[in-house]
Amino acid sequence: MGLQAYIEERKKDKDLLVMAHVVCGYPSFEDNMQELEIMAEAGVDLVELQFPFSEPSADGPLFVKANEESLKSGTTVDQCFDFMKQASERFPFKILMMGYYNTAFKMGEDVFVQRIKASGGVGYILPDLPVEESSNLHKLSQQAGIEPIILMTPTSSDKRLATLGEASRGMVYVVARKGVTGSKTNMGDDVISLVKRCRQHTNVPMGVGFGISSKADMDFLRGTADLAIVGTAALKTWESSGAKGLKVFFAELMA
Amino acid sequence: MDIFDFSDGREGYYGEYGGVFLPEILHATIEELLTCFRECKADPTFWQDYVALLQNYSGRPTPITHLENLSRQLGGAQIYVKRDDLNHTGSHKINNVMGQGLLCQRLGKRRVIAETGAGQHGFATATMAAKFGYDCKIYMGAVDIARQRPNVFWMENLGAEVISVEDGQKTLKDAVNACMRDWVTNMADTHYILGTACGPHPFPEMVSWFQSIIGMEAREQILKQAGRLPDRVYACVGGGSNAMGIFQGFFDDDSVELIGCEAGGQGVGSYMHSARLAYDDASVGVAQGYKTYFLQNDQGNMNETHSVAAGLDYIGINPIFSYLWEQGKVRFEAATDTEVKEALKLTMRTEGLIPALESTHAFVTAIKEAPTMAKDEIILINQSGRGDKDIFTIADALDDSKWKSFIAGKADQYRTENK
Repeated sequence: MGLQAYIEERKKDKDLLVMAHVVCGYPSFEDNMQELEIMAEAGVDLVELQFPFSEPSADGPLFVKANEESLKSGTTVDQCFDFMKQASERFPFKILMMGYYNTAFKMGEDVFVQRIKASGGVGYILPDLPVEESSNLHKLSQQAGIEPIILMTPTSSDKRLATLGEASRGMVYVVARKGVTGSKTNMGDDVISLVKRCRQHTNVPMGVGFGISSKADMDFLRGTADLAIVGTAALKTWESSGAKGLKVFFAELMA
Repeated sequence: MDIFDFSDGREGYYGEYGGVFLPEILHATIEELLTCFRECKADPTFWQDYVALLQNYSGRPTPITHLENLSRQLGGAQIYVKRDDLNHTGSHKINNVMGQGLLCQRLGKRRVIAETGAGQHGFATATMAAKFGYDCKIYMGAVDIARQRPNVFWMENLGAEVISVEDGQKTLKDAVNACMRDWVTNMADTHYILGTACGPHPFPEMVSWFQSIIGMEAREQILKQAGRLPDRVYACVGGGSNAMGIFQGFFDDDSVELIGCEAGGQGVGSYMHSARLAYDDASVGVAQGYKTYFLQNDQGNMNETHSVAAGLDYIGINPIFSYLWEQGKVRFEAATDTEVKEALKLTMRTEGLIPALESTHAFVTAIKEAPTMAKDEIILINQSGRGDKDIFTIADALDDSKWKSFIAGKADQYRTENK
């Protein structure tokens, strides 16, 4: 089943799906596995596995530190793919690779696509790869049956959204506000109108991310977005209160 | 040769290098910048205003100096130096900064941000911001702040806010990332004054355009002063803006050899250097918004870099140079930290010149090659900056005991005052 069909299927039972995020190898792969167990138990629908990169220029302070610490402890691309494979075999949620383009470029775009496929991933998010530079990678992805996740943003013009809409498959990642990951977003009418604007240019499901951290945010997004994307808030919880805290976090979020 | 005459669909590419690799949120900002830059480049009055500003504010044209003593001592080629160290704020960085300051007026933005390594670009940006009335924030790696405090002092006193970047290696590349993070948040009122000919298009072209004033002046001056074109032109290469600046003056002169001098740090095989093209350790990658040769591992993560000169201590090289190197148009050599200290001593004693540690890398290679050349051959070196800013590093390198006791005395004095 493709990503879009999967999302539509899951949406039959609930009105707002959740995509969560872990940085591979931070604090450790053992911690990552425990986090995923909690996420699966809570009913998370999709998970981004971030492959750490030395120059994470689109990330906020917490993920910057996580990328740095993970690399310092020796995390390799091979380990990330192994982990993706274990997780995809073990859990019901679908998995996306998330990272920076150099990781894909360095191993070769064809190898990158094949390795995601072989590890059970359904797609990837590369925030520093614009659609202009994606044609070969998108072609390879289509052949392999995995999805490149396109990002739409509050600064995208309608003309730009049309270009992005054309390239979108599986789902779209709507960036709720300017800035990097991890700061609070004031959920308001502008987020609703942004998602509406995005929907005019594609019929794939819409995930909304950046700054989502509470049940109030979820309630706000219900009826607007198909998925809520939760990243930094979960890692923050894991760091401050461990497995117990994370269980409570997802239980409250998804109540 | 016009490397900026892009073919259809290849705008911003030099061979396979360059491009724009940025988060989608910056797409509109980069488009806006590109449109504004194209208008400025097409408008002759913009360039006239730019040149007039540098003449009135920064002392351009900077002269060319014949190093007669050093040439005689080395017994080979006649060495001339383009004196961009004589600019206001002490380096070529002010050229690009003043140009982008004028462009920023046209963009209608009131706030500027910049990364800095040695602090020269930050110093120049803070100066420009004071003159133009922009709010200014400078991002600088904590390691660089520790080795370039005098520039931080001036930036702060010129009214800029200096942010210590504590991520990663805490040097120039991390300051670039920090700027990107600021820019994706504040692009509506903020222009990012990138300091070198790296980063996403149009920065490599734009910074090269502003710096081309160095080469334009230098070609005319050397023809007048030496009576003919130089045989070789040397410039240090960190990101590559001063080298692009002077080399562009000679791109159409096939008889002129162009030599880029990178930071060899602790030498070949040490993995403690910043030589992307002169050594074999770099490979093609995509980071910080563009595609070029980076010092990175087989996973695509950046390696630690090193140089005694903070301004050369950087992972990537200007994409234009990756292309010109491949085409055989520019030769690349590296100078080690030790060679740089020796060349600096020699230049100070024989000519009374104090080049910046960065610029001294170009002197090292020129000094090595001059004796192998004939006495009627001509070398031109770009002295892109002055060494005063490096007084702490140089004093350490020279192990100057009188300087040390002066600093110790100052420290005692401050300690007593604080009690």
